[in-house]
Amino acid sequence: MDSVLLETRNLHRSFGGVHAVKDVSVKVPSGAIKAVIGPNGAGKTTLFNLIAGTLTPQQGEVLFRGKPITAWKPHAVAALGIARTFQTTKLFPHMTVLENVMMGRHTRTRSGFLAGMLNLPWTWREDRETQAKARAILDDLGLAAHSGETASNLPFGRQRLVEFARALATEPALLLLDEPAAGLNIYETQELAQLILKIRDRGVTCLVVEHDMSLVMNISDEVVVLDQGQKIAEGPPAAIQRHPEVIRVYLGDGHA
Amino acid sequence: MMRLRMYYPVLVSALLIVALHLVLAAAHATYYMTQVTMSAYYALVVIGLCLLMGYAGQASLGHAGFFAIGGYTSAVLTTCNLSAFRDAPAIAALRSIGLVVQWQDLYGKEVLSFSPWLAFGAALLLAGLIALVIGLPVIRLKGHYLAMATLGFGLIVYRIVLGAQLFGRADGVSNVPAFRLVDGLQVNGRALFRVQNYYIAWVVVLAAMVLAINLVHSRVGRALRSIHQSEEAAHSLGVDTYRYKLATFVLSALFAAVGGVLLTHYNGSIGPSEATVMKSVRYVAIVAVGGMANLWGALVMGVLLNFLSLRGVFGTYDDAVFGAILILIMLFAPNGLLRVPNLRAVSSVGRASALAFQRVVRGRTTSTRRSHG
Amino acid sequence: MNFPQIVQYSLSGITVGSIYAITAIGFNIVYCTTGVINFAQGEFLVVGAMTAISLSRVVPLPVAIALAVLLTTALGGLIELVFIRRARDASVLRLIVITIGLSIVIREAMLHIWDETVRSLPYFTGTTVSTITILGAHISPQILWVLGVSAVIVTALTLFFRFTTVGRAMRACSDDRMAARLCGINDRWMVTLSFMLSAGIGALAGCVISPVTQTQYDMGAPLAIKGFTVAILGGLGNSMAAVVAGLFLGLLEAFTVSQFAAAYKEVVAIVVLLLILVFRPSGLFARRDVSALRTA
Repeated sequence: MDSVLLETRNLHRSFGGVHAVKDVSVKVPSGAIKAVIGPNGAGKTTLFNLIAGTLTPQQGEVLFRGKPITAWKPHAVAALGIARTFQTTKLFPHMTVLENVMMGRHTRTRSGFLAGMLNLPWTWREDRETQAKARAILDDLGLAAHSGETASNLPFGRQRLVEFARALATEPALLLLDEPAAGLNIYETQELAQLILKIRDRGVTCLVVEHDMSLVMNISDEVVVLDQGQKIAEGPPAAIQRHPEVIRVYLGDGHA
Repeated sequence: MMRLRMYYPVLVSALLIVALHLVLAAAHATYYMTQVTMSAYYALVVIGLCLLMGYAGQASLGHAGFFAIGGYTSAVLTTCNLSAFRDAPAIAALRSIGLVVQWQDLYGKEVLSFSPWLAFGAALLLAGLIALVIGLPVIRLKGHYLAMATLGFGLIVYRIVLGAQLFGRADGVSNVPAFRLVDGLQVNGRALFRVQNYYIAWVVVLAAMVLAINLVHSRVGRALRSIHQSEEAAHSLGVDTYRYKLATFVLSALFAAVGGVLLTHYNGSIGPSEATVMKSVRYVAIVAVGGMANLWGALVMGVLLNFLSLRGVFGTYDDAVFGAILILIMLFAPNGLLRVPNLRAVSSVGRASALAFQRVVRGRTTSTRRSHG
Repeated sequence: MNFPQIVQYSLSGITVGSIYAITAIGFNIVYCTTGVINFAQGEFLVVGAMTAISLSRVVPLPVAIALAVLLTTALGGLIELVFIRRARDASVLRLIVITIGLSIVIREAMLHIWDETVRSLPYFTGTTVSTITILGAHISPQILWVLGVSAVIVTALTLFFRFTTVGRAMRACSDDRMAARLCGINDRWMVTLSFMLSAGIGALAGCVISPVTQTQYDMGAPLAIKGFTVAILGGLGNSMAAVVAGLFLGLLEAFTVSQFAAAYKEVVAIVVLLLILVFRPSGLFARRDVSALRTA
């Protein structure tokens, strides 16, 4: 419970002179819900991309369960048990909700080109299991009624939930949530909070980038604050709320 | 997945094929079967290309090159006369296991050459290897860069077969022997074997369709569609997008090569016209008009359009017709002409192609690389 | 190779190379405003030359050329209006496929109008046998025409884009279409104009090179491929680099022919294309982050 699941050390990434992420070191304890907050342009999504493998850091390391995974490709990172959602929902628009979630089972299944082309019997069992597990998750999240619908036809809030379900289908050890509450109304945000707590209780560690302060303060065990690519504060939510640097960064100099 | 429903069209096709035979026989017009057989072999290329373009979302303007690689390899290997080496131990050994055979060519001359089976294997191996070598650097490219690279590949193949003495330059390779499959069955263009070959071709094509359908409905098929619809999301879910695209590229090359080998034996020859850019463009046009991710559409259109072209229906406007098809389809019916309403997954992915191409390509090309001056 | 031979090959190389450069510039102009590679670009050269050849039977040569350029320019505009504009929301790949289809249709039309006979415009000055001697090499005066016209085209375009309102509007369009529209620039007309402009310079280039290389209905596609190679080599959108790249390719081809069989000339451009796409698709003169060009 107290071991560190994910750690970044001195991560550094710039784009043509702009330091998107500068010397960021963060530890995510196993079983925790850790939030990453900061004003726009602080480097939060870049940090996610560096962890998930979409971007390569120019300096620094990323460690998962103590082993370096720096600059690993996204699919390799996913295979380790790190799943993510995106700031703008990236569902497979022309696949059904069920198929979208079934795609989440990709890392847990094996059938390849040859087995697929020959339609070998062992792949039938695997596909049945994939479907069953996907349906189970959809049930769990209350999306069962939509399973046959084309993903792009769903209302926005539901689409986000499907992306969530898809990430859960990978049976992750670590879940990276990039602004999961963006665009959700107050009720949907509350449901989201309950959902995140529920999956944490099932053993999934969560790293959440968020702007919605009430969500962050309510569910996080720890909060790390980034500004202009650098970490300026880290600690429990209550302490962060009172932290002078944080207040200054969000509200300006007159309020510290 | 074990969905028997997906095989119904195969059954229907089989029945239609037999029905066509009976109709032609009754009308004393079995000579049409020759062109249908040829069209079927061309359709093999289209099926593979459909997997690549419609499902994996990768363009290829050089697929005629793989057809040619298949055809020319088997042509050269089955017509090269090894008589001078007949006493060499390697040759004798191969002969004893039937991989080197003696036969009589059109002029009655005794020829010793590699058996069609060996040539077939070699052709597939070569096509696959070349696809791998070309694909490794090229599959990384996007949009028009990928299109151009494949075009360049196709052109190189054309120049090689046109320019090299080994491949007969402008005359190509002729005198290609029949391909004896099993006792009594051979791929041969002579009238005597017409009906037999009609069925051989269709068995091969339907087998290819079954493989393609299986693939599309499998975990890999899902992964391919996911790459096409959102490569980033697919990547984040553990799909090794590069490897999948490369594998599909090689697979589609193999399909094309098989078509090339069999058609070469059927025609008894192959020429550089099989490797032209126009041929590659035709294949693309057919996949497009059939509906990018519509395997059955590709097959139907492949056979139909090739048949019409072979029969000379388009006259001197043959190329123009395919060019016009490309324009019209892309402008007015980017999802192709054949929508199959019941197979929801098929038509919705067809829609996906037009939009997903947009997503994949537009998202990458709006970066400011356009300077002017 | 002795010195006069080197001069000969070099001049031959930069002559053809400057035509490749003009073709590449045509690609760039359209690419900049639309993001599309217009595959029919090569056909404009041939259409221009063929039209001029036919017209030169009834009107004096300069008039024939001028008319041919105008007609081809109009054709370029027509193509944009009828086909490209309709495919507004299409993906870039779809638009390229459309232009491929267009190049095929145009080529077939030319086949039916002009058949496969190889034709050419008469030499602008002098005859087929007149020569000028430069540094020991004997060349046709037409080569000077080619180089001269190419230089004029490049200079005129540079001035156009830098100093005229329309030219600047087109540049604005290629940088940021939405912003250009917000400034009141009619981006649709800019697109039409870019097609017309690239068609016009293509036609002029086709006319001036016709006496040297002859003209045949199917020369468009190979030319397009070489033009595209040159455009990529210099970096798509970078016309100054296209000039350098064009001359480079022309010289490379010329010296390849001097050492190897003529058949290899065609392969040179393709090999260069593949190499550049594999190793440096952003072109030799690229400056920006090119990760957008790759997927993995």
